[in-house]
Amino acid sequence: MSDAPTPTQSPQRSRANGREAAAQGAVAAKSAAAPPNAADAEVLARAQTGDHQAFAQLYALHKRRIYSLCLRMVGNVAEAEDLTQEAFLQLHRKIATFRGDSAFSTWLHRLAINVVLMQLRKKGLSLISLDEAMEPSPEEGPSRSFGAPDLTLTGTIDRLVLERAIADLPAGYRLIFILHDVEGFEHNEIASMLDCSIGNSKSQLHKARLKLRDALRAQNRQEARP
Amino acid sequence: MNGDSSKMSCAEFQDRMAELIGSGEDLNAHPHLKDCADCRALLADLKTIAEAARQLFPSVEPPDEVWEHIESAIRNEQSSSDPG
Repeated sequence: MSDAPTPTQSPQRSRANGREAAAQGAVAAKSAAAPPNAADAEVLARAQTGDHQAFAQLYALHKRRIYSLCLRMVGNVAEAEDLTQEAFLQLHRKIATFRGDSAFSTWLHRLAINVVLMQLRKKGLSLISLDEAMEPSPEEGPSRSFGAPDLTLTGTIDRLVLERAIADLPAGYRLIFILHDVEGFEHNEIASMLDCSIGNSKSQLHKARLKLRDALRAQNRQEARP
Repeated sequence: MNGDSSKMSCAEFQDRMAELIGSGEDLNAHPHLKDCADCRALLADLKTIAEAARQLFPSVEPPDEVWEHIESAIRNEQSSSDPG
């Protein structure tokens, strides 16, 4: 095992989300989960036979996105590291069962999402499954608002305020918002990860954005107070 | 969408937004929006939020220790399952 390459030194596949790609002056990929190339498929096949070097390469290819997802979901570095570790350990245990019904990245994300949701449950949040994560209770849903013009958001949103509002979203809304609007996954990919319909993914994303708008407008009102 | 959709109140429109989006409808083309500046502003807000999200949360690498812990755990699992 010691002869395995150091995953942190391995080249990263350029499948960054839109923000990263923009930062690098590259053209953002339309979907976050690009089709694997032949070399990736070969690495995957070797990892499935127990090749530790190949598994290390898989880790190097996917660690950034899985860690970032964990970090965005739990907002705590130490916890995100533990969750990343657990997700890849589960991957090691289950990789032989991957049959290619979905993209490997989608499958791995689903596995990581389950690890994250399990952790949130341990922390006492009242969700126990993806189904529950996708169906927040009515009181957690967005309120209706008949957008009076003085309460609409201006063109700029304070980054910290938005990050805090995302952190305060119910876990299901947070998950789908991060997967789509931050990570750049398409609805069909999210539907596969979360085992829901594409329509459900779209409508839940819409509710998440509405909920964020509620929070941002509340913040604006607070700041506007004399 | 039925023929009365342009007569929807804001409450009715907003109540149905998630369902309409879920069914694949393009909300921006909904007749209610032609005459409703408030709901147009709402959709503009949602677009602003989605665009702002792309600038958030720089993607970061996990520290090297994470891989070291994974390797160590794999070794432990393999040695404990090794019948020898």
